[in-house]
Amino acid sequence: MAEAPPETAKHVVYCGVCSLPPEYCEFGGTTKKCEEWLQKEHPDMHERLYSEDALNANMATLSVEAQQRAEKDAKKKAAKAEAAEARLAEEKASAVVNIKRVERNKRKFVTLIQGLEAQGMDLKKTAKDMAKKFAASASVTKIPGGGEEITVQGDVADDVWDWLVEEKGVNEDNIEITEDKKKKGAA
Amino acid sequence: MFKKDFQAGSKSKVKSSIQRGIRQKVLETYPLLEPHIDEIMPKKEQLEVVKLPDRTSLYTIPNIGPLFYQHIDDPFLPHLTLIHRFPDAFNRMRIDRGAIRFVLSGAALMVPGLTSAGGRLPGEAEEDGQEYKYGKEELEVGVPVVVEAEGKEHACLVGLLKMGTKEMREKKKGVAVENGHYLGDGLWKLQLD
Repeated sequence: MAEAPPETAKHVVYCGVCSLPPEYCEFGGTTKKCEEWLQKEHPDMHERLYSEDALNANMATLSVEAQQRAEKDAKKKAAKAEAAEARLAEEKASAVVNIKRVERNKRKFVTLIQGLEAQGMDLKKTAKDMAKKFAASASVTKIPGGGEEITVQGDVADDVWDWLVEEKGVNEDNIEITEDKKKKGAA
Repeated sequence: MFKKDFQAGSKSKVKSSIQRGIRQKVLETYPLLEPHIDEIMPKKEQLEVVKLPDRTSLYTIPNIGPLFYQHIDDPFLPHLTLIHRFPDAFNRMRIDRGAIRFVLSGAALMVPGLTSAGGRLPGEAEEDGQEYKYGKEELEVGVPVVVEAEGKEHACLVGLLKMGTKEMREKKKGVAVENGHYLGDGLWKLQLD
């Protein structure tokens, strides 16, 4: 190894589906999708990795028994990955984002947004984005019943709605806006 | 070590004096990186340290990506993306095909995966003329190694040796590398912004 000539950095392609180098896709559980992705993005590599010869060569190095075990394992993994994905998609489809306008002090409002984590968003980052977008302070606060919500200062309920639908791709039907007036007795 | 997905902790900038120290240490551990060090850690770039669970720190350069991680005061270990870019600069060994799937699901690397027909340890000649691709010297316990796989181009695991290579050849049993960083683990999937 010490004699290895200095080489410059290699450029490595990573699979767009499972993020591994494409040659390891077969162990990832999403092999089917990975293959399709590779075929589209890097046809030459696809040719090399998924040709008949390559597959046979892979198989030849293992004993029959080991092959069967590996295959069984791979199937299980694939099924698991699929199930997880389906569940995630379902959760995302059914989860409701709740936007609430709360009166803080007669004409002052805060906007509370709940349920964003189910849409696969990182609350802390989203809060930061919102703060920038709406030029208002936004923070992640704990709610008494457990879980967290984003609090944005000011009445931005409708803006948040637009923003979520347009930029974050949240389904319109999954967003609810409610108004909560009586937080404190109006002075 | 990173079997579970996790969130990155706080991120802070590294003092330039400490950055020099890290550079020095890295070169001590991986002398073969010498010709590339300016490409990996350009002197002008600001190194950042990200806290990971279990008292591990990850050193990264914004816009370039993660470089090394360190568990408490263990040696610096390279991130797999770095290994993929400079595969020749590390102590390497190879596992057989059957072991890949166990490694990629986070199991400890066992010695038989290295000593079988498909595996390669340092000090073994390659049959196809590429002699001693995996180095000539025996490696001791605690040395950082990069593990490649039979029939694959890129490395799939990096970690510290649990057993010297000589002992491995004699015993052909036991754990070779434990608690490494492998393809698809939490560290691999970690999103840095």
